[in-house]
Amino acid sequence: MGAGELHRYRLDNGLRVVLAPDTTTQVVGVSVHYDVGFRSEPEGRTGFAHLFEHLMFQGSESLAKLAHFRHIQGSGGMFNGSTHPDYTDYFAVLPSAALERALFLEADRMRAPKLTEENLANQIDVVKEEIRLNVLNRPYGGFPWILLPPVLYETFPNAHNGYGDFTDLEQATLDDCAAFFDAYYAPANAVLTVTGDFHPDRARELIDKHFADVPARQVPHRPSFAEPRPGTEKRDTHVDPHAPLPALAVGYRMDDPIEEMDSYLANIVLASVLAEGEGARLQQRLVHSDALVSDINAEAGLFGPFEARDPDTFSVTAIHPADVPAQRVLDALDDELDTLASRPPEQAELSKATARWTAALHGENDRIVSRTLALGSFELLYGDPALIHDLPARIGAVTPEDVAAAAKALRPDSRAVLFVEPSSNSQNATHDTEGAQ
Amino acid sequence: MTGTSAQPQQGAHRSAEEIGTTPHGPRPLPGLGDQRAAAELAVTDTVLGNGLRLLAVRKSNVPMVELRVHIPFGGTDPMHSARAEVLAESMLTGTARRDRVAIDTDLALIGSELNAVVGPEYLSLSGSALAEGLPTLLDVLADVLTGATYAEAEVARERDRLTERLAVARTQPRVIAREALQRKRFGDHPATREVPEAADVAAVTAEDVRALHGAGVLPSGSVMVLVGDIDPDTVVADVERALGGWDARASASRIEPVPRVSGADIRLVSRPGAVQSQIRLSAQAVPRTDERYAALQLANLAYGGYFSSRLVENIREDKGYTYSAHSGFDFTGDSATLVVDADTASEVTAAALLETRYELGRLGLVPPTEQEADAVRQYAIGSLLIGTASQTGLANQLVALADAGLGADWLTAHPGRLADTSAEDIAEAAIEFFAPSRFTGVVVGDPETVRRGLTALGGVTVDEQG
Repeated sequence: MGAGELHRYRLDNGLRVVLAPDTTTQVVGVSVHYDVGFRSEPEGRTGFAHLFEHLMFQGSESLAKLAHFRHIQGSGGMFNGSTHPDYTDYFAVLPSAALERALFLEADRMRAPKLTEENLANQIDVVKEEIRLNVLNRPYGGFPWILLPPVLYETFPNAHNGYGDFTDLEQATLDDCAAFFDAYYAPANAVLTVTGDFHPDRARELIDKHFADVPARQVPHRPSFAEPRPGTEKRDTHVDPHAPLPALAVGYRMDDPIEEMDSYLANIVLASVLAEGEGARLQQRLVHSDALVSDINAEAGLFGPFEARDPDTFSVTAIHPADVPAQRVLDALDDELDTLASRPPEQAELSKATARWTAALHGENDRIVSRTLALGSFELLYGDPALIHDLPARIGAVTPEDVAAAAKALRPDSRAVLFVEPSSNSQNATHDTEGAQ
Repeated sequence: MTGTSAQPQQGAHRSAEEIGTTPHGPRPLPGLGDQRAAAELAVTDTVLGNGLRLLAVRKSNVPMVELRVHIPFGGTDPMHSARAEVLAESMLTGTARRDRVAIDTDLALIGSELNAVVGPEYLSLSGSALAEGLPTLLDVLADVLTGATYAEAEVARERDRLTERLAVARTQPRVIAREALQRKRFGDHPATREVPEAADVAAVTAEDVRALHGAGVLPSGSVMVLVGDIDPDTVVADVERALGGWDARASASRIEPVPRVSGADIRLVSRPGAVQSQIRLSAQAVPRTDERYAALQLANLAYGGYFSSRLVENIREDKGYTYSAHSGFDFTGDSATLVVDADTASEVTAAALLETRYELGRLGLVPPTEQEADAVRQYAIGSLLIGTASQTGLANQLVALADAGLGADWLTAHPGRLADTSAEDIAEAAIEFFAPSRFTGVVVGDPETVRRGLTALGGVTVDEQG
């Protein structure tokens, strides 16, 4: 597929469209990104953006409950949706014969979703089960994405739990849903992306046919979520009833991912130099030489890179044995960051990071679902979907000095440290006293 | 504060009812357009001089190559799974030519990841690289397969790390439930030893691991899959050259056949204080080589194998008992089983089990309609097309087929088999394989909350000492 043909345009109602035809495949990807995520949900309604994402699958003017799923899957396709700090995406991948059907389904719910009391109550139950599955009933649930932000950030949009508290979810009303839809799900607040096996002229025709009469609505002012960096090291402890071993997460603020993209790229390379692969610095030091932790991870972006606007988080996470004091882990991390800050890495270390990034981007492009979502989110966040093709070169242009500067900016006196402690009775596991039969 | 300023103005919006209707009214669903057939695959399927089967496919969407190696790795020694796990964790920690860091560096410079994992059936090496780096990837692979040294210090460190990971794994509800299900349906068979005991792992020595590598990491009976921007003709000679030194007289060890699964009471496994329960049911099925497989695959989809299935529409979309309910196949050796799983809140566990059983019975007695049959056929054919559209997806499919002794021709012919399967065939598979009495299983949950309902429901063995 190579550089990839891209078309961008905007309908009169403000909907942005990205087309990426690719005739080496026989499938199509269709996604809609709405410019609202859980940072925009109101106080007292934690988890609402995600709950609303579920409701968008529950029917629309032309489609009864369950119809969306049945039409996608009955055409041979798959679907999903996901809620992020700054956007919510909906997507499907289907045999190319079903392109028009997928466009119809997305247009119908952009125009007139059917929001009902019954579906709201049902999806509150489903979302609570999702939270029990992913957070409450397992070790390290919500680590670090739910647990670290309230330590690092002060303001509600950045600090709160995007999955939501049960009490907030239970209080969500149908009127909240209507208000949220009217405010944030306007066509001019969305990006439609179509990739794969189609002719661009034909796709434009179909998009016009189904989306052009979605009425334009005013787009809300997008607030800044900026807040000052911490003036000190902030610490907190979370007791996890299921965790067998202690863990810690260290969070740092990064420069604005959009406005200061070169600095952001340096953080991405820094994360790779620190923790990607056996030869990475924290792997060698903390996992092998000092044997302090069994695994360690560093990431630019709490949900991975290019997932959020400012402010965004650089995180380091590790699970460690109970007899290793967390402070030793922190000291070793600081020592490695100091070393990198005072002596820039070898070019060879950066070459490894660049090659792995290039390969990972090829892999992402090869899977039509991830290619579609990446094009859509780069259009939404950066106004430039072609960035996904420029990234290997831009990552490759990051210098050792840039990485040293990024390491220097991860300051121990301006960060959050979250400690996860097992509760005393967490070794319960199971009691299956009957034995095998 | 910024958060509240994002809140929409109350009263300025339409009602939910106004939002859900337009002057135009509901619109008709567009039909399907033309579908281009999947491209012909350029496949090479051959057995190398050392007995390794090589399946190489050119698929050049992106300049990458995917690698999968499956080495049959069955063992009956009670210590086998512990030794095998330490072996997999230590395999990439050094050879005579490269230490741990050098292996990673050589791989990183060709954009490559290479991982070794082991289960009761196979030792699997999987990875990818920039296509131009294939010679290096093969060189590192050959180096590891023929010359992994398992240095004392490296094995000791990996053993400690593994012990920590096992401690974490054993607190995961899905691991607990899987282990309980395996014991319930297969007793003490080696297939149940998916996660070794920490105490066994602690007793594994570097010498044990070296001995296991020598006796078990063998090319004959193993398979390698390469998918990507490669030339399937020249790649055979390249692999032959790179792996020529990997040789042995013996064949890799396949797992012993697993016992057939028969219907039995479901066991409640107690996990005090759990806020959610794991329901896991299983019954004997037939493998891909059986002529009833396509019908059974489609019946399974209609039951719980996709989102638009009866089970998901009932216990999730109607009743809200679960976020995740699913039914699928589990292949072990020449045997295949059905596994149904759902995680549900403790309070509704018994009700969810009731509905899950009800849908099992209903599938046979009120079989899928023509409409349901058409939907599952389209879905099965479409998901095969989507699943094989990427290099990773195709590589994963091919290695799974190769494990079953099949090849790319099975993949090419399967859409035709699915299209030719009638609603009657599906109904026949439904009543034969989905009868509730054929199923056994476990429920893992908080006994205080779930015991009473499950006892009332019946067909459940309650662990009284929980």
